[in-house]
Parts: sequence; structure tokens; C-alpha cells
Amino acid sequence: QAKYKERGTVLAEDQLAQMSKQLDMFRTNLEEFASKHKQEIRKNPQFRVQFQDMCATIGVDPLASGKGFWSEMLGVGDFYYELGVQIIEVCLALKHRNGGLITLEELQQQVLKGRGKFAQDVSQDDLLRAIKKLKVLGSGFGIIPVGGTVLVQSVPAELNMDHTVVLQLAEKKGFVTVSEIRESLRWETERAKQVLEHLLKEGMAWLDTQAPAEPQYWLPALFTELYSQEITPEEAKEAIP
Amino acid sequence: MDRFSWTTGLLEMGETLVIQQRGVRLSDGEEKVKFDSGVLLLSTHRLIWRDQKNHECCIAVPLSQIVFIEEQAAGIGKSAKIVVHLHPAPSNKEPGPFQSSKYSYIKLSFKEHGQIEFYRRLSEEITQRRWESMPTGQAMQVNKDAQSGRIRAVGIVGIERKLEEKRKETDKNISEAFEDLSKLMEKAKEMVELSKSIANKIKEKQGDITEDETIRFKSYLLSMGIANPVTRETYGSGTQYHMQLAKQLAGILQTPLEERGGIMSLTEVYCLVNRARGLELLSPEDLVNACKMLESLKLPLRLRIFDSGVMVIELQSHNEEEMVAAALETVSEKGSLTADEFAKLVGMSVLLAKERLLLAEKMGHLCRDDSVEGLRFYPNLFLTQS
Repeated sequence: QAKYKERGTVLAEDQLAQMSKQLDMFRTNLEEFASKHKQEIRKNPQFRVQFQDMCATIGVDPLASGKGFWSEMLGVGDFYYELGVQIIEVCLALKHRNGGLITLEELQQQVLKGRGKFAQDVSQDDLLRAIKKLKVLGSGFGIIPVGGTVLVQSVPAELNMDHTVVLQLAEKKGFVTVSEIRESLRWETERAKQVLEHLLKEGMAWLDTQAPAEPQYWLPALFTELYSQEITPEEAKEAIP
Repeated sequence: MDRFSWTTGLLEMGETLVIQQRGVRLSDGEEKVKFDSGVLLLSTHRLIWRDQKNHECCIAVPLSQIVFIEEQAAGIGKSAKIVVHLHPAPSNKEPGPFQSSKYSYIKLSFKEHGQIEFYRRLSEEITQRRWESMPTGQAMQVNKDAQSGRIRAVGIVGIERKLEEKRKETDKNISEAFEDLSKLMEKAKEMVELSKSIANKIKEKQGDITEDETIRFKSYLLSMGIANPVTRETYGSGTQYHMQLAKQLAGILQTPLEERGGIMSLTEVYCLVNRARGLELLSPEDLVNACKMLESLKLPLRLRIFDSGVMVIELQSHNEEEMVAAALETVSEKGSLTADEFAKLVGMSVLLAKERLLLAEKMGHLCRDDSVEGLRFYPNLFLTQS
């Protein structure tokens, strides 16, 4: 029996040695690729998408670790990890305005502003990938599809299907009323009110009791007029630890 | 084809180039003519065709002569075409290659493609009629100053050629990059297969694999960005790299933590550390995996996860429960506080302020009033005044 065990050990050892060798070879291939095309990754958002998709298809996460080959040699990690920092800062700065919800468009605008004139372009796909990685930090980063766009959540508030559906309903006009919810979603008033109150409590919705017909619940994240309003110095202070 | 006039091909003042396309053949209606291979240029005012071999051979027709245009799809052995229907030539038209024609339309054959974009732009120009608001100097068209004409002809030809070359170069670069990328991915795929095979062997052996081998395997997976197929742990957890990182973090974070009352959220740490590094940044997973090892390595910091899922780093000396007692005092003094108010008073982030108040509530010291005005905490008089 001991002999079988030994054999087992040897087999794994062999394969590990093989993997080590192949890893070295792969590293060299990657270096070569990087020397020719590193610029392409940095400058071309389309190329980044292709790259990421291909990695995903074969079961590789190039953004898992800064210590990974992909990050070390292609510099693809630094691009996304830095973007993560910028996303966190923008979200923190604007949280008191929108309760921790922001459209992907506005986030993109604000991040690009912060990066300055000479920085590389950042696509919405880039932002989404960076945000997916931020989830693991536990501060509530998430993505909510709403009709034509995507909302980025950056607070640990619990938003279930009901909340999401109401957000989707509000996307068109930036606000929603209890009647609209009753009509479109066929909910009872109580259910609609509960959802809207939760959003109010989280600071994601504001209540306009002066509206003509009935109270309107406004979502600051969806106000297009508020887009690209400068982040004030006070807000910026809030953002940096 | 009798609507065309000879031209130098130089753009007039106020005339702008909109798009150009190589490899275009002109036909007079259904009949082929000698204008077989040229560059077709669309400006705000004219449609210009220049022979690719003989740059002196250049003809143009004003856009105002166009009645309407049609698309003709490509067929087997046939290029896609745009059919341009034209008004009869005006009597004062400048001389051109043909005196007369039995057709009232011409065909543009796109032998090297590009018809879709060209058609779109041509439609736009015909609709917008920009030539009407941007009069060009007729005098310049007649000016046949040979010397300056030649130099400027070279200028525009030179620019066009450079643009074309640059476009080809860019296209070539990208397709080469994609090709190289595909080949690279093939090799990466082999690595993934190999790691799965090794993982299977490990599963079969059920613990006969040495500590050393496990560590080696994990570090290989980390390098490639492959999830550990055996334990399905998050990428690269528990590797040497993360151990080292944990120790580094303990050093880096000591002071910042002390400055912030002994506690920081993981997002704060992520930003702080990466801003300081500038290069070779940590991935979020790197940070989490390193922090998970803090306790086992007996470092003076620890990772704590609140019920809400919020993750923080605390100094070992920090005692959140003690902080709760202080929080209770603060809330009592003010009667009641929201997380925002408390955060401002104490100088904490709202995120952590909320967690502390929630913990105080959990411990029974505070109770909540959850209204649309916000979440407000009160001292729990039920407890103290029973």
C-alpha cells in the first residue's frame, strides 16, 4: 500500500514540475506579447473588452491579483485597480446627494473629470469590471440594471427585487408616484409605500409633497440635470480617508 | 459622365473634405469608362475622383448636380455600388472628360469596400447642402498658376497618402494584436487544463500531498489568475505572497488606524494603500486575502466583518464594544442622533458611525426610530429604566 501512496506523490510532483516549466514558458510568451502590444491594452477600450472576454472564456481572471502575470506584465491590473480607487472616491463624495446610487453615465463623467485631460480614456465596460472587483471589499458595491442604463450602488443598503423594479420604473422621468406603481406593477398601495419609504430612509429618494396631483418620489441618481455638477471641495474631503 | 469637369483636386477656401475612399471605379451609366481605379473624395461642395496611378488625372462634379442616390448591393464577383443620378450639365460647365453622355446617372464601384460609410456621408451632405452657405472662391478654381498649383497638389496628395498609411498601419497593428492575443490565450488555456488535472490528482490522493506542494500549487494558480479548483477558495488565498502582504499592511496601517480611532473600512484601506503605492497596486482580492491572515499571523491588526457585510480593519487594542459605551453617552447627551449626526460629532465616516450605532443597538444600549425622516437612535430606556 505504501508503494501506491508513493506513486501518487510522484505523479503529482511530476505534474507540478511540468506546470512550473510551462509557467516559465508562458511568462516568456506573455512578456513578448506585452512588449509588442502593451500600449494597445492601455489605449484601446475595445481591445480590453476582447482581452477580458477571452480570459473569462478560458477560466482565467487577469484581475484577481496584482501579483498575477497579467497584472505584472501587461499592467492591466494597475489600470483597473486605480480605477477602483477613483470610483470609490467619486461615490463617497456624492453619497450625501444621491444616497449611494449613481448612474453609470454620471459615474463615468465624474471619473473622467477627476482623471484629467491627459489620462487614458475609460469606457463603461472598464468601470463595470472595476466595480465587480470592488464588491469583495464588503462596502456594498453592486450593479442594478434599470431600463436604458445601469445604476451603481455603493452603500451596503439592502435593495431587493421590489426596490429594483421601482427604480426601473422611475428611470424614465427621474421620479415615480404611488399611482404609477399601482398601475404599472399592479401592487397594493401598502407594498408600494413600503418600497418608497425604504428608498427615502436610505437617502436614495426625496419626497416632493408639493407636487400637483400626488406626492412624487424623486431619485437624485436619475436627475439628468444634476449630472456633471462639480464635486465641491467639502464633498471631496469626505471622499479621501 | 458629361457632368464632370477637370480639376486640380485642390480644395477651395470654405470647402472641407468629408470622407475619401480608395479603390473606386466610375462608370458612365451602365458603360465602363477608363476611370478604373481611383480615390473618391467627398467634400462639402463636390464629389472628386482622382486616378490612383496618375494623380494629374482628376475630375469633379458639384454636389448641387445630384438629384438623388441609390445603393446597389454587392454580388458574386461584383462590388457594391452607389448610383448617382444627376441633373443635366449646365451650359457654363468647365470642360471635362466627356462632352456628352446618353446616361443621366453614374455608378461608383467600391472595389475596396467603404460604400456604407461613404453613402451615409454623401446622403448627409446632399441633405445639408452646406455648399449653399459656404460659397467658394470661383476665381481660385480658374487660377491655373502652375507653380503654386503643383506644390499644393503635392501637399494634399502627401497628406492623403500619410493618412492612408497611418490608417493601414493602425489596422495592421490591431489585427496583429488580436492574432497574437488569440495565440496567447491558447497557451493560457493549456495552463488551465493542467491545473485542473493536478487538482484532480490532489482530490484523489486525499491529503497525501505535502504542505510544500500545496503552497507551490497555490502560487502557480495565483500567477495565472486561476481559481483554486480543489478548495474553490477565492483566488490565491493563503499564499506566501499574501502572508508577506499581511505583514506589510500591519506596518503601513498602524499610524493611519491610530489617527482614525482605531478602525477603518476595507474600502478606506484599499484607497489609502493604493494611493501610497502609485504602481503595482493591490487588487481588492489581494487585500481581502491578506487581511484574512492577520489574526493567524498574530499581527496587531485584525479583520472584522459586521452583520451588514461591511468589512473593517481594527487595531487589536481597539475594542468596539468599549466604543459603544462612549457612543451611548454621546447619544444620551444629545437625546437622539442619526448616523450622519453622530459621524459629524465624533469625526468618523458615516459608514462606520452607522455600524457602531447598529452594534450598540444589537447590544441593547440603543433603540431605533425608523421613519421617513431617517434612522434615529435613542438610548434604550426600556433597559435602563425597568
